[in-house]
Amino acid sequence: MELSRRQVVGTGLAAAAAFFGLPQIASAELLDEAINEFTGGASTGDSGITLIAPEIAENGNTVPIEVDAPGAEAIMVLAAGNPNPDVATFNFGPAAGRQAASTRIRLAGEQDVIAIARMADGSFIQARQNVRVTIGGCGG
Amino acid sequence: MADNVTPRVRVPREASAGESVSVRTLISHPMESGQRRNGDGNLIPRQIINRFTCDFNGENVIDVTLEPAIATNPYFQFDAVVDATGTFQFTWYDDDGSVYEETADITVA
Repeated sequence: MELSRRQVVGTGLAAAAAFFGLPQIASAELLDEAINEFTGGASTGDSGITLIAPEIAENGNTVPIEVDAPGAEAIMVLAAGNPNPDVATFNFGPAAGRQAASTRIRLAGEQDVIAIARMADGSFIQARQNVRVTIGGCGG
Repeated sequence: MADNVTPRVRVPREASAGESVSVRTLISHPMESGQRRNGDGNLIPRQIINRFTCDFNGENVIDVTLEPAIATNPYFQFDAVVDATGTFQFTWYDDDGSVYEETADITVA
């Protein structure tokens, strides 16, 4: 059987997609699980929460992020493209000045960072931002 | 216990009553994610700080659950309301059961 150039390129692309794509697919299920665990399947609004992350992060091993959701009880941060999407959950106590926090996180590659806040009234709001990473974290 | 774990915190020395002050914390810790492999191809076991709390005069300010995706030397910045002179108590909980503690005093004028 003669393989055309197009077939060879197509096969190569499919193989590459399978190789690089699989962790992403596995992660997508984990991501949904993590979100459902936090929200209990409730729908999320999108106003009242701010997620500040760089558009381009040079080093995926330490990406500065900031979340701010006035009136939130807890804020969960997720990284959609990491092997394990959980990043951190901030629970705010009565002595908190603002329902906001900053930290530094690891990102395995270009992906969305997601912040979901649980408000005092039991509703949920979500913010999402894409971050491009030049050097991957997570040992990559 | 991981080696050379040093907590560092920064809070203003004084504040006015009811003021919201910015608190910064850093603890030197490798935060081994459990995803990396050593030279022989074996996974290096996970060892991270999994929880961080800050209390002011016994009242909770923030309680953070950390996952392996938090960078080496976990850093947090947040705000706390101070209504009286008192002490901030910071606590970090390691995977291996170690607990690291630090305090900082603030004077309310």
